[in-house]
Amino acid sequence: MTNLMDRPNMPGSDQPRASEPISTGSEWTFELIQKYDDEIAKCAAEFGLETYPNQVEVISAEQMMDAYSSVGMPVGYHHWSFGKQFLSTSKGYQRGQMGLAYEIVINSNPCIAYLMEENTLPMQALVIAHASYGHNSFFKGNYLFRTWTDASAIIDYLVFARNYVAECEERYGVDAVEEILDSCHALMNYGVDRYKRPAPISASEELRRQKEREEYQQRRINDLWRTIPKPDDDDDPVRRGKRYPEEPQENILYFIEKNAPLLETWQREIIRIVRKLGQYFYPQRQTQVMNEGWATFWHYTLLHRMYDKGLVTDGFMLEFLQSHSAVVYQPPFNSPWYSGINPYTLGFSIFTDLRRICENPTDEDREWFPDIAGSDWLETLHFAMKNFKDESFIQQFLSPKVMRDLKLFAIQNDDQEDVYRVTAIHDDPGYRDLREKLARQYNLSYREPNIQVWNVDVRGDRSLTLRHIPVDRVPLGKETDEVLRHVHRLWGFDVHLESVDDGTVVEDHHCPPRELEED
Amino acid sequence: MGMTHIVDRRLNGKNKSAVNRERFLRRYRHHIKRAVSDAVQKRSITDIERGEKVSIPSRDIDEPIFHHGQGGKREMVHPGNQEFVAGDTIPKPEGGGGQGSGQGQASPDGEGMDEFAFQITQEEFLEFLFDDLELPNLARKKLKDTEAFKYVRSGFSTDGVPAKLDVVRSLRGAHARRLGLGGARKKKIRDLEKQLEALKAAPEDLDPAFSHEDQIQVLEEEIARLKANVRRIPFIDEIDLRYRQHLKKPQPATSAVMFCLMDVSGSMTQMHKDIAKRFFILLYLFLKKNYKKIEVVFIRHHTSAKEVDEEEFFYSRETGGTIVSSALKLMHKIIESRYSPAEWNIYAAQASDGDNWNDDSPVCGKILADNILPLVQYFAYVEITPQDHQMLWYEYEKIQEQFPQSFALQQIADPGEIYPVFRQLFERKAA
Repeated sequence: MTNLMDRPNMPGSDQPRASEPISTGSEWTFELIQKYDDEIAKCAAEFGLETYPNQVEVISAEQMMDAYSSVGMPVGYHHWSFGKQFLSTSKGYQRGQMGLAYEIVINSNPCIAYLMEENTLPMQALVIAHASYGHNSFFKGNYLFRTWTDASAIIDYLVFARNYVAECEERYGVDAVEEILDSCHALMNYGVDRYKRPAPISASEELRRQKEREEYQQRRINDLWRTIPKPDDDDDPVRRGKRYPEEPQENILYFIEKNAPLLETWQREIIRIVRKLGQYFYPQRQTQVMNEGWATFWHYTLLHRMYDKGLVTDGFMLEFLQSHSAVVYQPPFNSPWYSGINPYTLGFSIFTDLRRICENPTDEDREWFPDIAGSDWLETLHFAMKNFKDESFIQQFLSPKVMRDLKLFAIQNDDQEDVYRVTAIHDDPGYRDLREKLARQYNLSYREPNIQVWNVDVRGDRSLTLRHIPVDRVPLGKETDEVLRHVHRLWGFDVHLESVDDGTVVEDHHCPPRELEED
Repeated sequence: MGMTHIVDRRLNGKNKSAVNRERFLRRYRHHIKRAVSDAVQKRSITDIERGEKVSIPSRDIDEPIFHHGQGGKREMVHPGNQEFVAGDTIPKPEGGGGQGSGQGQASPDGEGMDEFAFQITQEEFLEFLFDDLELPNLARKKLKDTEAFKYVRSGFSTDGVPAKLDVVRSLRGAHARRLGLGGARKKKIRDLEKQLEALKAAPEDLDPAFSHEDQIQVLEEEIARLKANVRRIPFIDEIDLRYRQHLKKPQPATSAVMFCLMDVSGSMTQMHKDIAKRFFILLYLFLKKNYKKIEVVFIRHHTSAKEVDEEEFFYSRETGGTIVSSALKLMHKIIESRYSPAEWNIYAAQASDGDNWNDDSPVCGKILADNILPLVQYFAYVEITPQDHQMLWYEYEKIQEQFPQSFALQQIADPGEIYPVFRQLFERKAA
């Protein structure tokens, strides 16, 4: 195995190899990490990767477990669920089930990535290439991150949030705060604005406005809930027989924060904090395939480039490739290890094939991707990275070749039939259909039930009604009543949830439950 | 380049999750308490100081969110197709449809996936145990610091607190330093002074180029400079200071033997025995704090007494009457043959529901007073019964009057009372 390259690596692959590799052993030192980073940065610059400044932190395995259990937030408020996460992470690690190597990188400016001290030098280089240049350039370039998150403000905001929660714990007790947080976490995925851009977060701004909100908010809520309607106020929408809110609201937490009658100001602030964090993580949830695919494509490409330049040894490449193939391994659907499509594999395959389509297009490529086939690959990949999210990315760029390579097929499970149906496979009649189905699978509003605030009985019992619109008759899950209890805790009055399919209520949930009410 | 900032964070605290972990334990303290309580029943009383694995049903710790349920019409794309073509149908398994993907793996160590299992530390284990026994904080701390230390001198160090300053050593060091720094210069001064004297004594040279006056001036200046140098050497400097250093060393330990005596006649239920066991555990922890080596002797009795192992002591069942003196006699015999009071600190705890043959109780009093109490540090009797006292109790009360320093008796009705009673029994001894 003398040549580990499986294809030429632009740019300038014809230039002579450097005389000396950076190092030959597998032990790392700070000096070597710095040297590798310098060289990786040079390669990244050749390929036009734009990044935030990097901060690489060397930590121990225990610290890595800490980082894991706080879902990657370098500072976070205290909550038992992070403790639970920590216990299961450390158990997994002790059993040796867990690699702990790649995945912690924080969308902040500077972009923080962690290196574990136990890792060998090739692993450290892999993580730097993957996180500090791959993910980092994605954070900086992708439109969702650009529009919805503010990398320079997040750390300050997290500190603000932690201090605020700690202060509340001191004032109102750990239990009271824990209850609110539990309920907010249950609704975190329903605390995001999907379509309109939220105001950027800023810790100092939050602090300043907190006071204002305290006064203003209560006045507003009182207005809404005043019990005696003015006798002839024709502007009152409720009097005119309209619902409140007039339009369904997708951001349930926001609606509760602004309208729940009984919440105290600090409780509204905590809802706001969870909401803001949910919003911050929202782009990540929508770009998993792209983000991991991009980072994997670049660690692969950058380290091959290093090999090209003679900066790393064959031994280094062997170790690196072994890790790389573990990352992009996709067990088939009938394997005991199968747990869905591996986002690293899918994303890496699409980006890699995209480059191939640009550099060595076939007739099929020309037919499927007339604008892309034969184009400048770097430009095309950057365009794809910047302007899409998983759903649209797959819809746009998943090629027949990748579908064939991964042997994708779609299965339909209809509870009204007693068989599963194979609806499309990786063949000519199936490609478009298959691609559409896979794209839809990554649409968050398809993955999560569509539930919105429908109505509040403003002049009556103050009950809150949520409405679920089922897709393809898929019902709500077992935990629905549990979640409703949390909604009830926040709202303070009765909560109803109805599934309305084509104008008929097909399923309903109530908190407190209906049966008890009749006693 | 140089855009990257590499930071070594390894020395920063690693326990960032400690608070969250503590929050988790706090939230599930009822589950954990139950697990600890179960573990106490299963463990030996000498095996209390290690952690424990705790399992909590997953449904109790799930964080609910809205998600899709089973049913309706769904389509999923999967990888690794082998022989399917579009339009194929696959029969659904009997009993309703899963999604056909890998589900329900068991974990490698045989835990079910519906259990959330984790380990609590020894410290946490004791904490929950003490919670159960309603131990006050101070007592917890005392019992958890199992090692007793004393400080022994171990040489000298160059830093420390003023109270530990060793004056003689420090001055000796200063003297040596002054010699070291000043010695050569003083010798030079002496040499120069000799030259000076010689010059002054010699007759004046006629050639002004060799004028003695100039040379004398040069010498005098040099001597003055050297003397000033020597004066600038401080009498004592920071580097001279020496502090006595002390190291924590475990206390040289003595040995103790703990006799556990228990009535196992028919009237003692498992509940009684569990209370007794907790009492013995506390006694063991208490002794462990004070002695390095502890042996435990278990004596059970109904009408006759027997030395047994712990398992048999707590869990085997007997029926029949009760003759307490049989146990006391056996204890005395064992002391005589194996535990010389000169080498062993002897403790005994007796648990009973108070039953005894009436004729036997005076015999017990006599054996205690004549044979046992003179040999032991402490003998504690706990009566586990909510009922009225019987003969034995009244007999023992007389003994307590005779031996207030080494004999005590108390009544316990439920586990929450164990610690207060224990404290009363050992108050004087615990000092």
